[in-house]
Amino acid sequence: MRSCRRVCAGMAMMGTGLLSGCVNVSAPSEPIVIELNINIRQEVIYRLAEDAASTIEENADIF
Amino acid sequence: MTTYRRITALAAIAAAGLAIITVPAAAQQRDPAYAAARANGSVGEKPDGYLGIVSTPTPALQRLVNDINIKRRAVYAEKAQVNNATLEEYALSSGCQAILRTVPGEKYQAPDGTWHTRTQAAPFRDPRCP
Repeated sequence: MRSCRRVCAGMAMMGTGLLSGCVNVSAPSEPIVIELNINIRQEVIYRLAEDAASTIEENADIF
Repeated sequence: MTTYRRITALAAIAAAGLAIITVPAAAQQRDPAYAAARANGSVGEKPDGYLGIVSTPTPALQRLVNDINIKRRAVYAEKAQVNNATLEEYALSSGCQAILRTVPGEKYQAPDGTWHTRTQAAPFRDPRCP
């Protein structure tokens, strides 16, 4: 039973290998741009909330 | 040695005294022109943490808003560094708080860009705001 499983797995691998052939990975021509502005995470805002609140109180003249 | 120690102690007292004098000076009240602009709704709080012009911009209003925003940006930059965050992250987080602290009658900008007058109800804020 065990050996069958191994053999079957091997056969399946060979099958997929034969079907798909080579896997081509090509680099994208366009540079990868990460948009940081929309990527601000909620947990960061939560972490800074308390500090931001005290900053506003400390600088009451500009808030 | 004793004289040196006394001088050091005096210097420390003087430094502490200066710190006491400087701190309340920084936490001043709003400039009357700024307070008036907030009250009459010509300026309002934006979600990005900066002040915006709600009505038709005039040179005087633009100057007032620019002046406040330059000062805010300097504070955000300093605080962001202390908190290991980016300027934009700190500014956005401050925007959440600043909009929350508007009083009824003052203006604020919703995430969709429209200006609203604050009421007793909770303001429309960025969904990431705490």
